[in-house]
Amino acid sequence: MSHWIILPIMVPAMFAVVLLLGARLELATQRAIGVLSTLVLVGLSLALLLQSQGGGFTVYELGSWVAPFGIVLVLDRLSALMVALTAVVGLAALLHAVQGWDTRGKNFHALFQFQLMGLNGAFLTGDIFNLFVFFEILLIASYGLILHGGGRQRVGAGLHYVVFNLVGSAFFVVGLGVIYGTLGTLNMADLAVKVQAAGPEQAAILRSGALLLLVVFSVKAALLPLYFWLPRAYSSASAPVAALFAIMTKVGVYAIIRVYTLVFSGDAPVMGGVPGRVLFPVALVTLVLATIGVVAARSLRNMVAYLLIASVGTMLAAISYFSQEALAASLFYMVHSTVIMATLFLLAELIALERGAGGDALEPARPVARPALLGSLFFVSAAAVAGMPPFSGFLGKALVLQSSLPEANAVWLFAAVLGGGLMGLVAVGRAGSVLFWKTQGDAVAHLPGEAASVVPVCLLVGVILGLSILAGPISAYTAGAAEQLMNPGPYIEAVLGSQMRGGTL
Amino acid sequence: MEFLVASSIGVLVASGVYLLLRPRTYSVILGLALMGYAANFFLFASGRLRVGLSPIISTSAEAYPDPLPQALVLTAIVIGFAMSAFIVVLALRAHSDLGTDHVDGTEPSPTVAGGDR
Repeated sequence: MSHWIILPIMVPAMFAVVLLLGARLELATQRAIGVLSTLVLVGLSLALLLQSQGGGFTVYELGSWVAPFGIVLVLDRLSALMVALTAVVGLAALLHAVQGWDTRGKNFHALFQFQLMGLNGAFLTGDIFNLFVFFEILLIASYGLILHGGGRQRVGAGLHYVVFNLVGSAFFVVGLGVIYGTLGTLNMADLAVKVQAAGPEQAAILRSGALLLLVVFSVKAALLPLYFWLPRAYSSASAPVAALFAIMTKVGVYAIIRVYTLVFSGDAPVMGGVPGRVLFPVALVTLVLATIGVVAARSLRNMVAYLLIASVGTMLAAISYFSQEALAASLFYMVHSTVIMATLFLLAELIALERGAGGDALEPARPVARPALLGSLFFVSAAAVAGMPPFSGFLGKALVLQSSLPEANAVWLFAAVLGGGLMGLVAVGRAGSVLFWKTQGDAVAHLPGEAASVVPVCLLVGVILGLSILAGPISAYTAGAAEQLMNPGPYIEAVLGSQMRGGTL
Repeated sequence: MEFLVASSIGVLVASGVYLLLRPRTYSVILGLALMGYAANFFLFASGRLRVGLSPIISTSAEAYPDPLPQALVLTAIVIGFAMSAFIVVLALRAHSDLGTDHVDGTEPSPTVAGGDR
């Protein structure tokens, strides 16, 4: 069964190559190939989810090179969860894109598959340099996707996005150089062993290496001083791309969770709890500033972009406790938040299209042609994103707050999360009433073939409802994932076990 | 040799950061390239700076250099090339689409104090 875990990387890679070779195929064929690949990915990721559910680790040694000398892929509960999330959000984004976005530029489908490949690779790899390589793969695909469709605004925002991430990559390389130069390995499990054993004379340099990586991951996750590129880039990207990018910030969050629970865990003597202490205030300020952005936003997509940053702030504030309960809660919240942000990006475009020239600006404009349908979808997603019961947003935030109770600084988290939730509720409520009630003029007539356009949004809203109804089993799963993360022993044993038994070192 | 390598990395990073903060895309790209070189150089140096070691196994060798940073740096260089090519094309596209090579996509108004040249 261990060969299965390379398939989430190989399947999109192979389909992407087919799409590149067949760049002159009929659009319908390209769409079919893209959707087929993503459907296969959904099936695979569900199989992997079942495989990891029992709590075992699946380790795949590429080319049979034994860890720590070769690169390994590792499947645990967290990586299976992230791969499944990518596949579901990717499927919805692709189903939205095939309704017309993919005709506005070349090679959309190939880039989309490469993006999925990079995401899955980043979630599955057990080698920190390989993580860098997969980051670059997903980034260069995302550079192509963010510019998809062209236009002045997109090119301007895209330039900032690319420059910002290239600087991030340079930092990543420097951080890896520091770590490799000090410890002489890049395999995460092996690094974990060596960081635990490192003496105090190495503490300063290891902390700088760890915090350099934190800067890089914060660029991806859009943390405080490093998020200014996001609102403009995401609100000018095409809707399916923005929806897919809801998972891109989670790559940063995933990397923070993985590296600072496994490799540089706060309880290692040389780290002295540094990652958590740095992360907590930064995440809280991110949450507060993003909330101000939510309230101040003048277009729906801009507001969703700030809501996305606010959710990252909430998640990382809880993660910074590095306790099992807090990790379990924030993983549950992450699943919810990724799906709901993708929903809102897609929905914002549907609403904008029907409002004619008004677009998604939060100003009086024409009423939408299908107020009942879009209005109810917006109502459900707005309630979910604002954290209203009975939806999963409420459960996620409640779990996050509950998990922070034993901590001394929980009062700050409570204030920021509850205040942010209230402001978010006010903002989405105001947005909804402007969009649907404060209208001028007559609705435009239905466009042909429009009925299918809500299918991807309905799919994602269905996932949100599923998350709310099945919250018990899903939070049990995330609790299991958190338990694996906080006890890295079995992970290390699974990766390095063969070598330890062989007695080669 | 340590001083030479360390100071050249420092100079590269300093020039890179300065150029990166300039308002024109051309200098920003040069800055990114210099930062990339500095990062690669740094990664290369993480394998320790030593001369005259035997690169392949031989009976007379006392020690071997670490081959891994060389492999890593090769990967990073290849990725850096791809990224540079991409951002050059993107900057050209931005110049033709936006009609300016300012990084913000618009020429700053001349009334603003401290506007760039």
